[in-house]
Amino acid sequence: MKSKWNWRHAALSALLGSTVLAAAACSQGGRSDGAGESGAIELLNVSYDPTRELYEEINPLFAASWKARTGQDVTINMSHGGAGKQARAVIDGLDADVVTLALAYDIDEIAAKTDALAEEWQQRLPNNSSPYTSTIVFLVREGNPKNIRDWDDLVKPGVSVITPNPKTSGGARWNFLAAWAYARETHGTDAAAEDFVRKLYANVPVLDSGARGSTTTFAERGLGDVLLAWENEAFLAQKELGESEFDIVVPSISILAEPPVAVLDGNAARHGTTEVAEAYLRFLYTPEAQDVIGKHFYRPTSDAAKAKYAAVFPQVNLVTIDGAFGGWQAAQKRFFNDGGVFDEIFADAKR
Amino acid sequence: MTASVYRKSGGARWLVAVALTFMVLFLVLPLATVFAEALARGFEAYGATLTHPDAIAAIKLTLTVAAISVPLNVVFGIAAAWAIAKFDFPGKSLLVTFIDLPFSVSPVVAGLVYVLLFGMQGWLGPWLREHDIQIIFAVPGIVLATIFVTFPFVARELIPLMAEQGRDDEEAALSLGASGFQTFLRVTLPNIRWGLFYGVLLCNARAMGEFGAVSVVSGHLRGLTNTMPLHVEILYNEYNFVAAFAVASLLALLALLTLVLKSILEWRFGYHHGSAGH
Repeated sequence: MKSKWNWRHAALSALLGSTVLAAAACSQGGRSDGAGESGAIELLNVSYDPTRELYEEINPLFAASWKARTGQDVTINMSHGGAGKQARAVIDGLDADVVTLALAYDIDEIAAKTDALAEEWQQRLPNNSSPYTSTIVFLVREGNPKNIRDWDDLVKPGVSVITPNPKTSGGARWNFLAAWAYARETHGTDAAAEDFVRKLYANVPVLDSGARGSTTTFAERGLGDVLLAWENEAFLAQKELGESEFDIVVPSISILAEPPVAVLDGNAARHGTTEVAEAYLRFLYTPEAQDVIGKHFYRPTSDAAKAKYAAVFPQVNLVTIDGAFGGWQAAQKRFFNDGGVFDEIFADAKR
Repeated sequence: MTASVYRKSGGARWLVAVALTFMVLFLVLPLATVFAEALARGFEAYGATLTHPDAIAAIKLTLTVAAISVPLNVVFGIAAAWAIAKFDFPGKSLLVTFIDLPFSVSPVVAGLVYVLLFGMQGWLGPWLREHDIQIIFAVPGIVLATIFVTFPFVARELIPLMAEQGRDDEEAALSLGASGFQTFLRVTLPNIRWGLFYGVLLCNARAMGEFGAVSVVSGHLRGLTNTMPLHVEILYNEYNFVAAFAVASLLALLALLTLVLKSILEWRFGYHHGSAGH
């Protein structure tokens, strides 16, 4: 008899407990942001894959500068992933105040599919809204055992190339376009360029969804002979995992990558964070942030930081997205949308 | 008879050797690696990574999610198993099939379902935003996805058990004047308690360990919507191996604890998976 009473007690408390917990969780479910009662504010920065370390250092600097200016505490929350995937999440309702993505097209998509920001967003901040630039280089294993010097060496039989999926990753799209630009320049025709990238992707054993995934595939899991990487990712891998393990190879031609930033006005207005979100992005152009940007191997745009880090970054012959491909809208449509060149050559490559 | 034949032929010993080898290679060694990596820089570093605010947030979130989804699944599981095992009604086999659905659906799909339902491009997204309710990319979405994938565990455990026990005990209680609720608390519940506990154990292990479905709906906001498995991935991708394996070791400990509890149950009470009695 006694044990049954205990059971009853246990069952009832379990039920009660779950209800209370459920209620508690629901009340804390939504993000508490905006200039709330406490005076502290939160910003959500949805970013692409490799910028983890960069914003980890920049965010506290901005918080300190904002506090000094306004007396207000600001916490910046981060989300990282492949740029295409991140844009998709924002379109699906990830409630970002600012996006800092790998390429303009993904922010264009957010502008087109939501009413969170205006279509001409890219004119709002200096340098096409890109506080820094980067490019694509090769990371190879110590001593460069496959003797990889330039793009042509990547399409040789027996060379295994690691690059992420252009459908989900911004870096992967820059990789693809850099390869195309090289082949177009060297071999003369679009047909030759298509043939070149077809051979290149036939040498790719695995497509990760973001740049960092590819870096760990190459560096940690030891797959592949060469990683097509953001310059900053290549330097970081060397720094984190040992300079004696990897060499950086700079190809004869690469692409000028401009990862842009934008405030999502609609979301920020709803949160009451418009002002701090604008200030956050403008902060990226300040000497303080530019120095951190250079330190994390992104190419700064301010003259002072450029001069300071000049020795770090090799001189590369860089084509631009506008010059070589007529802008991101055209490039995305031609190469990466469903039924585009990438789908075609990748289907062939896997045949 | 058969057993002795095998013993004579040495077949049993051989089989045991194969099974043990596989177990050591595929289970024990990887688990040992997790702990070895986690402690690679000593206990101090291990403790420091686990007390990092982001790690604590991930642990708290995981516990919260389990604390909500497991009791809900218990209530549902008992109700469903009771209905299925003790009553006849039209659509019964359909219900049984639906309970199994999460087992046959990929967790990624389970997550996407909620994105399509509650996302801004989905059916309810715009309405939810108007009313300032965030479901996906927030805790409620993670709870929903977890409930989805852990849905069958309790019910699946109880249905065969309750079916085997039949309705005699309950009918006797009812005929002696007990109310339906009294019958449930004093007759049914004690009869199924070990099966229920077993179901809860499995349900809890899955709730805390789920990656795929949760990854789709989480939005990966550090310190806000990262459960422990997601946090492990983030740390690993940031070259923070000690921290990644430290959090992973907690999940592994949970698995070991589940295993121990399960063994105690089986040994102490003679409860066997899928069979009746206690």
